[in-house]
Amino acid sequence: MKEFKYVITDPEGIHARPAGEFVKAAASFASDVKIAKEGKSVSAKKIFGVMGLAVKQGQEITVTVEGEDEEAAAAKLEEFLKANL
Amino acid sequence: MEKYSGKSVYGGIAIGKIHLMTKREQSIVRRKIEDTDKEIKRFEEAKETAKNQLAQLYEKAKVEVGEANAAIFEIHQMMLDDGDYVDSIENIITKQSVNAEYAVGITADNFAEMFSSMDDAYMKERAADVKDISERVVRILSNAEGTNDISGEPSIILADDLAPSETVQLDKNMVLSFVTVHGSTNSHTAILARTMNIPALIGVNIELSPELEGKMAVVDGFAGVIYVEPDEKTLADLKKAKDEELEKQRLLLELKGQENITKDGKTVLVYANIGNVKDLAYVLANDAGGIGLFRSEFVYLESSTYPTEEEQFLIYKKAAETMAGKRVIIRTLDIGADKQADYFDLDKEENPAMGLRAIRICLNRPDIFKTQLRAIYRASEFGKLAVMYPMITSLEEVKKIKEISAQVRAELREENISYNDIEEGIMIETPAAVMISDLLAKEVDFFSIGTNDLSQYTMAIDRQNPKLDSFFYPHHEAVLRMIDMVCQNAHKENIWVGICGELGADLELTERFLRMGVDELSVSPSYVLPLRDKIRSLDLSK
Repeated sequence: MKEFKYVITDPEGIHARPAGEFVKAAASFASDVKIAKEGKSVSAKKIFGVMGLAVKQGQEITVTVEGEDEEAAAAKLEEFLKANL
Repeated sequence: MEKYSGKSVYGGIAIGKIHLMTKREQSIVRRKIEDTDKEIKRFEEAKETAKNQLAQLYEKAKVEVGEANAAIFEIHQMMLDDGDYVDSIENIITKQSVNAEYAVGITADNFAEMFSSMDDAYMKERAADVKDISERVVRILSNAEGTNDISGEPSIILADDLAPSETVQLDKNMVLSFVTVHGSTNSHTAILARTMNIPALIGVNIELSPELEGKMAVVDGFAGVIYVEPDEKTLADLKKAKDEELEKQRLLLELKGQENITKDGKTVLVYANIGNVKDLAYVLANDAGGIGLFRSEFVYLESSTYPTEEEQFLIYKKAAETMAGKRVIIRTLDIGADKQADYFDLDKEENPAMGLRAIRICLNRPDIFKTQLRAIYRASEFGKLAVMYPMITSLEEVKKIKEISAQVRAELREENISYNDIEEGIMIETPAAVMISDLLAKEVDFFSIGTNDLSQYTMAIDRQNPKLDSFFYPHHEAVLRMIDMVCQNAHKENIWVGICGELGADLELTERFLRMGVDELSVSPSYVLPLRDKIRSLDLSK
C-alpha cells in the first residue's frame, strides 16, 4: 500500500473540473484509490464522492493506493495534484 | 410599465419580446416492475444515450464558449458513470421492484440534497448539475421531448432557472437576453452568458405568469433591471443607450489596434486617466497607449493611516507590470481640505481649492512625499513609469521637489536598491505656471495640462457652485490661449506636453489642440476610442 499527503493550493479548492480530471486519472489504474479528508474517506474513482469532500484551499488530503500498479498510480496522482491543485 | 430588479451578470441592453421557458414538470410515477433486470438494462441504455447527448453538447459548447466552460459537460458524463450514483439507482430498481424513472428521481434528490447541504457556495450550486443530468435520463426513459425551442423571433428568455445544458442547447441567434428568478453568479449559466456576451440578470423577483409570454420588455444589464411593457420614455432612453453601446462596440472592433493618426499623418498619444488599479482592465480593454494620469489619491483615501512604502510599491508595481512597457504617469498625492483622509488632520479651510493641498502638503511634510517617491522609484524597474507633480506655481517649488527626488534616488543607491531613471513632469494647472512655463520647461521632462483647475483658477469660478454655471465658458478663449502658450514653451525646450483634464476628451477641441501641437491627450478609458476615431477623421493640412 502506498500513501501520501497533499495540501491543496488552488484557491478554488477541488472544484468540478479538476475533480473530474483527478477521477479520470485514478480510474485509469487497476489499484484501489482512496482519498480522505479529516477522517472521511471516499473512492477517488467516483466523482460525487470526491466533490462531496468539498476540499478547500489549505486543507490536507490523504491519498491511499492499493493494488498491483500502486507504485505507478501513486506517483502519477501525486504529480497530477502538484500540477493542478 | 412594470419594473423588476435583479443581479446583473453581464451588461448590455436587450429590447424584445419575452419568451417564457418553463420547465415541463416531469411528474415521475412510481410503477411496480416484474422484470428488474430488464428495467436495469433500460436504465443503462438511457444512460448511454444521455452520455452521447452530453458528448455532443460538449462539442457544441467547446466551439461556442471555449473548452474551459464546456468542461462541465464532460463532468456531467462522468457523473452519469459514477459508481455510487449508478449503484443507488440499480439498487432501488432491484430492491423495490420499481421503474427506472422513479429510481433515477429518488437518487437525484438524495445526491442533490448532499450538495445543497454543504456550507460552500460553489458546491451548493452542484445540486443543479445532479438534477440536470438526472432529468435528462428521465426524459430519455419516458421518451419526452427535449427543452422547448424558441420559434419566431429572437427573444428575451425568462425562466425560473436554467441548467447549463439548457443554456447551451438554445439557438444563440434567438436569444437576446437571459433573465432568471433563481441562479447565482457562480452558476454555469451566468458564466456562459458572460462568455457569450449576452445581457443577463439573475435573482429577479418576478412571477412567471403565462401572460408574460410575448410581451415587450427591455433588459438593462448595466442597471440590473428588466422593464415589462416599458413606457415610451424608458424605451427611448434605453434604445439610445443601446445605440451608444453598439457604437462603442463598433469603435472597438474597427479601431482597436489602430494608430492615433490624422489623415495627413500626424500622430498623437492617447492615454487614459485612472483613479484606481481596478481601472487597469478598462485601460487595456479600450486600447489606451498608456496611463497619462494615475491619480494616486485612492492609495491614501482607501487607507485608515498613512500607506506604507511597501503597500504603495505593490500598487505602482502592479500598474507598471500590467501596462507592460507602456508609459504610466503617476501623479503624486493630490489631497486637500476638500478631499482628505482623516489621518492627514488638515484644518478646515474657507477656500480649499486655494489652500494647503497637493504638492504644498508634500513640501511641508517631506516624510510623506519621500515614502511615495521611494515606492514609485522602486516600482520603476517593472515597467515604464513616470512621475508628475500637481499644483505647481513657482520655479522654487520645482527646484525643491527635484532636490527631494534626488535625495530619494541617492538613498536608494546607498541601500543598493535598484531603480530606473524615470521622467519627471509637472501639472500645469495654475495661471502662474502657464506664465512661467518657459522657465519651468527647462527643469522638467514633460508638462501635463490640468484643464479643470486651470479653468477654475483662470475664470475665478468655483466649479462646485452650480449658481456660477451660467458664467462658466468651458471653451473660454483665455484657457485655450494658455494651452497654446504652454505648448509653444514646452516645444522650445524640446519637452512633450499633454492634456489630462476634461477638455482633452472634448472632441470639438481636438483639432485645435492638434494644431497647437499637443503631443498627448489623456482621457477616461471609455473616451480613448471615440477620440481615436476623431483624430483619424482630421486633416490638418487643410
